[in-house]
Amino acid sequence: MTQFRFEVFNKADSVDVGGRNVLADIKELGIETVLDVQSARVFLIEGQFDDQFAKRIGGELLADPVCEDFHIGKTVPQAGLAKATIVEIHLKSGVTDPVAESVMTAIDDMGQKCQNVRTARKYVLFGEINDKQLKKIVRRLSNDCIEVVVIGAETEPPSPHLAPYQFNLKTIELLNLNEQQLVELSKKMDLFLNAVEMKTIQDYFKSVRREPTDIELEALAQTWSEHCVHKTLKSSVDFEFDGKEIHFDNLIKDTVFGATKQLNKDWCISVFKDNAGVIEFDDKDAICFKVETHNHPSALDPYGGAATGIGGVLRDPMGTGLGAKPIANTDIFCFAEPDKSFDEIPRGVLHPKRVAKGVVAGVRDYGNRMGIPTVNGAIFFDDRYLGNPLVFCGNVGIMPRDKCFGKTSTGELVMVVGGKTGRDGIHGATFSSGAMTHEHETVFSHAVQIGNAITEKKTLDTLLQARELGLYTAITDCGAGGLSSAVGEMGAELGAEVELSKVPLKYAGLSYTEIWISEAQERMVIAVKPENLEQISKIFADENVEATVIGKFTDDKKLTLKYQGTQVGQIDMDFLHDGLPKYSRKAKWSPPENLSEPAIETKENYNDDLVKILSSYNVASKEWIIRQYDHEVQGGSVIKPLGGITNDGPNDAAVVQPKFDSDKGIAIGCGMNPLYGDIDPYWMAMAGIDEAIRNVVCVGARPDRIAILDNFCWADCKKEETLGSLVRAAQACFDGAVAFGTPFISGKDSLNNNFICDDGTEIAIPATLLISAMGIVDDVKKCVTADLKTAGNILFAVGLTRNELGGSHYYKIKKQLGANVPKVDLRTAKLTAEKIYKAIDTGLIASCHDCSEGGLAVALAEMAFSGGLGIAADLKGLPKTDDCASLTAQLFSESCSRYIVEVKPEKFNDFAKLMLGVPFGQIGQVIDIKKLIIKDSSGKNIVESEIADLKNAWLKPLKW
Amino acid sequence: MTQVNAIVLRAAGINCDMETQHALQLSGAKAERIHVNRIIENPEILESFQILVIPGGFSYGDDVAAGKILANQMIHHLSDRLNKFIEDGKLVLGICNGFQVLVKTGILGKVDDNSKQQITITNNDCGKFEDRWVYLEPSSRKCIFIEQGRRIYLPIAHGEGKVLFENNDVFEKIKTDDRVVFRYVDENGNFGDFPINPNGSTDSIAAFCDSTGRVMGLMPHPERFVRNTQHPHWTRLEDKTRADGRTIFDNAVRYVQQNF
Repeated sequence: MTQFRFEVFNKADSVDVGGRNVLADIKELGIETVLDVQSARVFLIEGQFDDQFAKRIGGELLADPVCEDFHIGKTVPQAGLAKATIVEIHLKSGVTDPVAESVMTAIDDMGQKCQNVRTARKYVLFGEINDKQLKKIVRRLSNDCIEVVVIGAETEPPSPHLAPYQFNLKTIELLNLNEQQLVELSKKMDLFLNAVEMKTIQDYFKSVRREPTDIELEALAQTWSEHCVHKTLKSSVDFEFDGKEIHFDNLIKDTVFGATKQLNKDWCISVFKDNAGVIEFDDKDAICFKVETHNHPSALDPYGGAATGIGGVLRDPMGTGLGAKPIANTDIFCFAEPDKSFDEIPRGVLHPKRVAKGVVAGVRDYGNRMGIPTVNGAIFFDDRYLGNPLVFCGNVGIMPRDKCFGKTSTGELVMVVGGKTGRDGIHGATFSSGAMTHEHETVFSHAVQIGNAITEKKTLDTLLQARELGLYTAITDCGAGGLSSAVGEMGAELGAEVELSKVPLKYAGLSYTEIWISEAQERMVIAVKPENLEQISKIFADENVEATVIGKFTDDKKLTLKYQGTQVGQIDMDFLHDGLPKYSRKAKWSPPENLSEPAIETKENYNDDLVKILSSYNVASKEWIIRQYDHEVQGGSVIKPLGGITNDGPNDAAVVQPKFDSDKGIAIGCGMNPLYGDIDPYWMAMAGIDEAIRNVVCVGARPDRIAILDNFCWADCKKEETLGSLVRAAQACFDGAVAFGTPFISGKDSLNNNFICDDGTEIAIPATLLISAMGIVDDVKKCVTADLKTAGNILFAVGLTRNELGGSHYYKIKKQLGANVPKVDLRTAKLTAEKIYKAIDTGLIASCHDCSEGGLAVALAEMAFSGGLGIAADLKGLPKTDDCASLTAQLFSESCSRYIVEVKPEKFNDFAKLMLGVPFGQIGQVIDIKKLIIKDSSGKNIVESEIADLKNAWLKPLKW
Repeated sequence: MTQVNAIVLRAAGINCDMETQHALQLSGAKAERIHVNRIIENPEILESFQILVIPGGFSYGDDVAAGKILANQMIHHLSDRLNKFIEDGKLVLGICNGFQVLVKTGILGKVDDNSKQQITITNNDCGKFEDRWVYLEPSSRKCIFIEQGRRIYLPIAHGEGKVLFENNDVFEKIKTDDRVVFRYVDENGNFGDFPINPNGSTDSIAAFCDSTGRVMGLMPHPERFVRNTQHPHWTRLEDKTRADGRTIFDNAVRYVQQNF
């Protein structure tokens, strides 16, 4: 067998996009001495073929005949040119390499077999660089967790060959350990279990009178991890606030779930039970929604972490009921501000711009390949996300109403479908349940998972065919906890027996425990009746999808694990799922001290402030990101993330029409305001609910058919104050959901988002609650957008503007926090949403925009430049409270429940009649002159700007 | 009237097959989505269809290069069948990834029958994936898929859409043979750099056809604009004319009805 090395590079006259992008990255690092970068793709192919055939592989398969050349062997830059440094980046052995798999298939199509293919990236850097600079460059271009860097022409890449696994059953001495030893054992094995949990496990094994095996401890650690079981939110909490003590038996059940239970909506099909929450769509179909976080992996490997974030959340709808078809993605990120020097970055942390770019690329590559439009999102910048960036990925799916529930029965087969199992993602669930430290980068690199979207796409395609034919009875995804969680959950009521040596592996060398807890991507588990096995296997085989029976569901209520016929573990299902000790925690919260409203200077005009807010990172256009996502695939995007006359203005929510033969749609929006949480997490959560609902109502969703999701991302909740702020937010979730009549249908939390630097200092994220909303739109043809439509139309502000600049973006640009956080008047908020919906439904509204970040002035500016029209506005007509006399508050206060709407003059009376009962006022009109003019109540212009200037200020900051 | 049968090719990573099938059905065709494995097993299937559409997506992940692995598979398993399909006077349409596949199989990728691939589609000049709407000015008189004089508006969504010719002779030959179908322009029909020409394509070329005019590939997605509410700012438009993407499918269906 011969190994051929191919290098593929651009011809001299064609653009080397890869090299150019890397050169730009290097310049971004502040290294100016690198003058040029040449990129090449490297393929290492082992096969029994001759040179002639190798040349064919190079010319016909690997290199583009028009714009690329190839070379068999190593190329070295010509001597005499500038100093050249060769950097080659290889994948670590065992890391998924989708391109290699495709090349093997393609060589097979060409009529020859090859044994092994590996790919690498090669860069030749021209120019003088010292070792320190090279190190910096290498760190930027590669990721330690998954890649190996080879420098210079002489060095050889790592060997791909792994040693085979020798079976050796491992028993762990547990029964005779004391408490301290138990804790040490937990630490040594990276179980992330505490003393009480270890003790409970010890008691269990004492009762069955034997020492546990490693796989049993690992399975318990995973099932009981914070990530999988959410023990903090399910614990009983004694909460101290405002001099009172409140007791919750089960925090999440008493708040978030409690609201849903109390509302008891008949259109909710499945809430908080399955992988995603399910509601009715129409007579035939249901829709489901799930939002997950993938924070810890994205901190280590932004690209891979975010890609597997989206890949993972897609498997939630795919694993809900009998499987939904994903129809829309959402992505919300929290990063530190991107303009930082490298000196400000703690060890073990990636530069926020690199994180941002990597995360976006990961979501792009996975989402686009899956053919699912990414339609809604948001980005929030705050330096407290430096060590723990947050990556929320959501997915909406559709499924027939008679496929919303699955049920396993004794005797059915356990089948794993999709990706093969490798060593990737081992300990992902447990690792993400702890705090991040500067050492995580090296210690937990194996927790990073690598995705292959096409494997997932093939799996989805075939599963939907099998679902239509009713060939399986239950399905779930292999998410955090891998097979351990998936089979454990599906067999919880019955029992299951699994033969681990049957699980298809990516490569040799995995132990039985690694197979069981691997979090390798793109795997689903289904329950198949033996009589359907042949038919379902053919569906998978026909489209080259891996599907293997690995066990069966039993009736002994035990999880039994075997390897090559030998029993390696057995745990009672009851203990596995219900044995976790119940926790009680203490929490307290009191308002931060020393909050006050800053003194505000009165100004002649506020043009500069408006421009500053528009160009602040949180408000500025996210076009650079949005355009990298395919937001139109599937042909259902009715309201896209960008709109307006030049397709680059903001929209409040996305609307997708999932069925070709029906005009019914789904509006998708979100709300998140971490700054308010610095003042009061209760009102932060409430504002998030109000904003998410407002966003979907703005485009035309029915307020009585909105379902919401919660994603709590908090820092270390072992601290009473931190947990207390979470309790405050959870209380608001209950109050808000009940008041709006808007049930929570699914949620997820990610705690311990604090980073411990090598000097011991801690960076804790701000309390961050993401509320995602999905609302039914009866007729998408009635939807409205935020861009102004016609000069001469009248503008109204609906909802009361209050003196609520606390946590606002106006204060943020002034580096202030303030004290007056926006509060929600729940009765009016609901009524206003209903009236706005009614006005949209009856065709009274030409455009509608949510008034949120940056307040009234920003909302007006966005509507104007998005529609390419001007506004003459007058604060005299603004509905406001008596204490809202200051112009800054009127312009920039972020009071909730407010909408700006454009109404045709002939609809004035009908609109005004409809709005009776909620605060509203005429604040101006749309004009032909391309200016935003806002007058104070005495008629003086306090804002007067060209809309083009405002738009540029808004477009530019994130145009990377 | 002739029953128009269209096949929408499926393969690992193809992801625009449903909406492409829908667009063909709107235009009156009976459209079936069939996996490439089924066609390789039984190429006779092709006999009963008059239109073959290779839709958009990321076939085999666009590994190695966009469309390359599927093109390689088709060259080695279906070459003769596809040539016969075209010789029989039938229609082939490649959209986005399908266009890349047609170019890389050589079906659209050359001007001399016996040569290797002479035209390619490669990385956008802007270096990244772009989703945006573009205006397309029709040009070819022989291409049966288009309407003369009708400038259309469609979305693109690709990272590799730059059409590149091996040399000037190939480029000239494509032009003199009237094979350039659409060029990227602005709303008034003027050429320009990014974003008007979103990928840096030679001569702003967005689509071209073979010498028969019955095989066309285009980077934009006509199947994403077959209803008015798919327009990116339909809420601003009073005029509810036929959605531009429909024209491509309508013309294909009409051609089959008139010629078979």
